[in-house]
Amino acid sequence: MIGKLGLIIKREYLAKVRNRSFIVMTILSPLLIVGMIVLIAYLTKINDNEKRVISILNESAFFHQEFKPTEQISYIHLDGIDLEEAKDSINSMGYYGLLYLPYGKDAETVAKSAYLYTKDNPNTQMTQHLEGIIQRRLRQGRLEKLGVSQDQFSQVEQPFEINLATFDGEKSVKGINEIKAFIGGGFGYAIMMFIIIYGGFVMRSVIEEKTSRIIEVIISSVKPFQLMLGKIIGTSLAGITQFTIWLISASLLLFLAVMLFGIDLGSMANNTNMPPGAMNEMSQLATMDSEMMTYAREILDIPWGLLIVSFFIYFVLGYLIYSSIYAAIGAAVDNETDTQQFIFPIILPLMLAIYVGFFSVFSNPHGPIAVGFSLFPLTSPIVMLMRLPGGIGEGGVPLWQLLVSIGLLIITFLGIVSLAAKIYRVGILMYGKKPTYKELIKWLRY
Amino acid sequence: MDNILVAKNVSKSYGNYTALSSISLNIPKNCIYGLLGPNGAGKTSFIRIINQITHPDTGEILFNGEPLAPQHISYIGYLPEERGLYKSMKVGEQALYLAQLKGLSKTEAKKRLKYWFDRLDIGDWWNKKIQELSKGMAQKIQFIVTVLHEPKLLIFDEPFSGFDPINANIIKDEILQLKEKGTSIIFSTHRMESVEELCEYIALIHKSEKILDGKLSEIKKAYKNNVFNVGLEIQQDVDALMENLDKNYNILSSSFDGGENQLDFRVQLPSSHTAGILAELSSMANVNRFEETIPSANDIFIQTVNNKDNDR
Repeated sequence: MIGKLGLIIKREYLAKVRNRSFIVMTILSPLLIVGMIVLIAYLTKINDNEKRVISILNESAFFHQEFKPTEQISYIHLDGIDLEEAKDSINSMGYYGLLYLPYGKDAETVAKSAYLYTKDNPNTQMTQHLEGIIQRRLRQGRLEKLGVSQDQFSQVEQPFEINLATFDGEKSVKGINEIKAFIGGGFGYAIMMFIIIYGGFVMRSVIEEKTSRIIEVIISSVKPFQLMLGKIIGTSLAGITQFTIWLISASLLLFLAVMLFGIDLGSMANNTNMPPGAMNEMSQLATMDSEMMTYAREILDIPWGLLIVSFFIYFVLGYLIYSSIYAAIGAAVDNETDTQQFIFPIILPLMLAIYVGFFSVFSNPHGPIAVGFSLFPLTSPIVMLMRLPGGIGEGGVPLWQLLVSIGLLIITFLGIVSLAAKIYRVGILMYGKKPTYKELIKWLRY
Repeated sequence: MDNILVAKNVSKSYGNYTALSSISLNIPKNCIYGLLGPNGAGKTSFIRIINQITHPDTGEILFNGEPLAPQHISYIGYLPEERGLYKSMKVGEQALYLAQLKGLSKTEAKKRLKYWFDRLDIGDWWNKKIQELSKGMAQKIQFIVTVLHEPKLLIFDEPFSGFDPINANIIKDEILQLKEKGTSIIFSTHRMESVEELCEYIALIHKSEKILDGKLSEIKKAYKNNVFNVGLEIQQDVDALMENLDKNYNILSSSFDGGENQLDFRVQLPSSHTAGILAELSSMANVNRFEETIPSANDIFIQTVNNKDNDR
């Protein structure tokens, strides 16, 4: 019995990894992904390198010291020409814009009638930068009127960050919850992708056996359940092979790319779609060494052992549940076009898990919605993994929740696999019928 | 133990649909047993039960005297009607895989495959993919895979469909060879020509019920109705002769060829006793033909099915 299962697993594995499109995807995907990253990094760099030149026509007596060149903006001060001439010269010189500060009796009046002329709509970041400079000068002026000296003002202007600590006195940093959920989310996302890609492979492989009519030959030698299990395991081994190759080759390529092109991956962090706040705050704060240490410690403090063991458990159970449903669907239909109506209900809980995870778990890892979805078997593999980086017990996931979640998952696994096996057993011998849900329920009773 | 397979009151239904109702069959060892019936009669359902793909609702199957169990799978070879192979897999690899699933070791399977590939003269196909072969070629592979593990019981479901006449003949000869070597064979079909040539026993299944079974020669004997074809070479007047014959015998039809003076007719006799009529005919003319008409399997098939349908 075990021998036959081994044979089936081996065949399914080899059939998959020798498949031409599988090989092409295995080789091409890391190239594409790394290529994309390099391209994005390169484009970002070009974008950053573009220095904008703003010319300033200042007819007032104020703001002469304020505009200091930065990495992105440099200033050219115009003198002795009127506004129209200035506009013309800017157009011909190819400067980005013209800041016009007309004559006024005080800074307030000048600011009120100041204008920024640009060719197109101005860049928001730059506009805000200019506004900031003017605003700071105005605030200083207003405070001076109230009797606050420049020294005093710069003292008042010291930025403030609140100190964070947990109840047990450990120093804490902003955004760490998001980072933890993000790491868990990465695991959950990997599970979802794996299920969708390789579940689909299982389904197509079942359909292929049906359409090539080999199915009856095989199940006169082995039990349908053995065939289904062998197919699922073989395909997932092929999938793990592919994932491993992707991981290794993508990191190698990325390493090479960083070496060759000198791309600063850290600079991209600001531009990626991170959860609100997490990365921005991190990059702002991370300049300070002690903060950096805290982050490092927090990330090291994530219970990696627990996380990896749970990832393994949730991955195996979740994948088995979903891929046996995929196998049952493949058995029920005659061709791939008929699968649509059945696929959607499978994808739905997976999507839900990801969305609920990213919206609810990020803001409150132990709120009722996060708890509910991390117990519900069809979403728990993804949502629970997002919660787990917080640890188990106090401040983390209560142990009972983890156990109940895994328990429910195991029960569901047994239930779903036996139902799927029944549909599979009947379905693989049915030809020419486009099945309905009603029909599938009838098959369960054969 | 004379029977390789005994079925006792086997029934199977799918929901409201009855596929088999209380089928009992005895399939003797070392013979070719024809399982006949129109499409949808229940043949395939019965065969799937023998192969343990499905299980009967009620009833019992004995294989070689023992209740049918999973370990018997390796003693059975099955060529299903809906058959095929993995299209993108190489011929040799695929044959090895299927043989190993039937319990052969890899080395043993290789040895036997080489024998069969040489025998059917297809040795150079080993590294081809199935999708590069024609349908008939793939069928040959399928046949080899079915018989490779030298099963005690072979089940062929419409084995000749998809073969051209030449290859069908090759396969037919191979089937007869296998029988010579002691294999018991179940042969399921709705095409009667091949039944006459191959089968010693038949069972007729119609609308989920067995309506007839037994030795083909005995069934034929039972179904013959004492009709004889007679040919006479005559000298005298044909009309007078016919009038005379009509008086004494039940003449079903007749024809006369004036040029050859040949009179042919079909006559229904009250019994299978022929001495009387032969003597009388011999006294009248030269008898150059006298043979009993034996119903073909096809006639029996149609007649039984029609009778059964009329009974309802």
